[in-house]
Amino acid sequence: MEAFTVHTGSAAPLRRSNVDTDQIIPAEYLKRVTRHGFEDALFASWRKDPEFILNRPEYQGVSILVAGPDFGTGSSREHAVWALQDFGFKAVLSSRYADIFRGNSGKGGLLTAQLDHEVIESIWEIIESDPNAQVTIDLTAKTVSVGELVAEFEVDDYVRWRLLEGLDDIGITMQQETDITEFEKTRPTYKPTV
Amino acid sequence: MGTPRTMAEKVWADHIVTHGEGKPDLLYIDLHLIHEVTSPQAFDGLRDAGRPVRRPDLTVATEDHNIPTVDVDKPIADPISRIQVETLRRNCEEFGVKLYPLGDVEQGIVHVVGPQMGLTQPGMTIVCGDSHTSTHGAFGALAFGIGTSEVEHVLATQTLPLKPFKTMAITVEGELPAGVSAKDIILAVIAKIGTGGGQGYVLEYRGSAIRNLSMEGRMTICNMSIEAGARAGLVAPDETTFAYLKDKPHSPQGADWDAAVEYWKSLPTDSDAKFDAEVIIDATTLSPFVTWGTNPGQGLPLSASIPNPGDAANEVERVAIEQALSYMDLTPGTPLKEIAVDTVFLGSCTNGRIEDLRAAAAVLEGRSVAPNVRLLVVPGSTRVRLQAESEGLDQVFLAAGAEWRGAGCSMCLAMNPDKLAPGERSASTSNRNFEGRQGPGGRTHLVSPEVAAATAVAGTLSSPADLEVAS
Repeated sequence: MEAFTVHTGSAAPLRRSNVDTDQIIPAEYLKRVTRHGFEDALFASWRKDPEFILNRPEYQGVSILVAGPDFGTGSSREHAVWALQDFGFKAVLSSRYADIFRGNSGKGGLLTAQLDHEVIESIWEIIESDPNAQVTIDLTAKTVSVGELVAEFEVDDYVRWRLLEGLDDIGITMQQETDITEFEKTRPTYKPTV
Repeated sequence: MGTPRTMAEKVWADHIVTHGEGKPDLLYIDLHLIHEVTSPQAFDGLRDAGRPVRRPDLTVATEDHNIPTVDVDKPIADPISRIQVETLRRNCEEFGVKLYPLGDVEQGIVHVVGPQMGLTQPGMTIVCGDSHTSTHGAFGALAFGIGTSEVEHVLATQTLPLKPFKTMAITVEGELPAGVSAKDIILAVIAKIGTGGGQGYVLEYRGSAIRNLSMEGRMTICNMSIEAGARAGLVAPDETTFAYLKDKPHSPQGADWDAAVEYWKSLPTDSDAKFDAEVIIDATTLSPFVTWGTNPGQGLPLSASIPNPGDAANEVERVAIEQALSYMDLTPGTPLKEIAVDTVFLGSCTNGRIEDLRAAAAVLEGRSVAPNVRLLVVPGSTRVRLQAESEGLDQVFLAAGAEWRGAGCSMCLAMNPDKLAPGERSASTSNRNFEGRQGPGGRTHLVSPEVAAATAVAGTLSSPADLEVAS
């Protein structure tokens, strides 16, 4: 996984709450068996509308998505994270995320920064009045800054450490294999096997 | 005596491989369920790293999301779906994972198959690359959905690094009025706490109304925990649980059964344990519930009318209602019972079990599906289908004018050919009314099996009681 320390880029305002993973990537696209190539699938239904934020000329090349509360609800599909990344997003800003989506983001290296909704509103105003405004996300300092605005965001400490180091979980867990083997010896005989 | 603990805390503690200070606990996983959609990239990851599946004996696969519900004995017509299903078959073969493929008597929706085989038992940790894994919590198992990276992690290590959840009690006390089902309880819970209300929590459903539910009703409730934002939901195991599990194919036998029951009886939350939050619902006030919007929290009693955005509590809410009504093509003030539907879908991991089919068949017996309405009945598993046929339920559905299909996820998420056409409206016993969930441009109202059947007959959102009045 690629390490994440500081990222600067332009941002798109997505003025919606409850953006579920069926909107981020409709089920039709989950039939693919690959890990990449989902950029066409991102928000596929909404992107049919020429006025959709990501279709507007002023928001081409954005790498940060600024969304309303409860982003990523619903299905556990990690394809939602892959589609956002394949499209070019490095980070999402929102006041609240669904648990599974946020977990998946951390695994894949997409930063989900949590900020008060008032801050999200302020960032929306800035990037709507100036679509080229550069937003900087500093994971070491846990801050988002754009123009005059500087705000501290919330991110799980362990996820932050893994993102900063670019570490993948399986490698970390494999170092504890002896513990896993010891634990397995305590498994009761009444527990089912397939 | 130690500190009083909730059930979720007990199950958690019993699965800690290593406890992390300032980092997640490493939790052992007792059962890993696999299906075709969220596993291919995980198996690719194993292959790239040269890793085996650590415990094939704790891993089981079936085909459900993507498969057709007609012509199931023929090759899958959609080439992309076929490749995905064939990929699962190849991966299971290569890595030694037991698979119940299309055509096998044990095939079905993964969350219907696990319980009916007795693989889902109290006190277990169960994961699957599917958010409705919360279903298995009905047995007092800690069960939750995971993403594909986590699927790979469990395949490789049979563990997951996780931070403890907070706990929330959902206490539903009192006797349910006639005609009110488990589905109505959970839709009312989600409407009350919202789609984010359970975020970060494990929900424990308690109280007399929950105790009085069958295992299948409890599964319906736990299934939709994720729709309230909670990764998992639990019900304490009791005599109802033990009776359900007795003599299931994978249930413990002989001395193992006695040892298991003794352990299971130790699991319920201690009487003086503290939850981080509690929600109380009076069961006697509940009535059939339906959703009107585009997230499962946007629900109301069937007797209510479409809300007015102007009455919203805040701006975020107001915008959400406006966007939902625009997508659903609904006008504030319209009585829900005046909403006409094109399709009724009876099935899914929420309401595709035998009791759901029986409840719907009881309403349809001697009645006909309204002209211009399509009723699709999709059993949750092949075993459920065979059971229904042995009881003659298929004949009731067919005589009423319904379509009787093979088992799978079907129109719940429209990955197979069972879809709504753009602009079509459904009453659906499934779990999500998201935009386009049942097909691009489709509009979904979530309902119980009883309301689904009555709606199919009336052509507008209706309860069985409404049919009695009409006749």
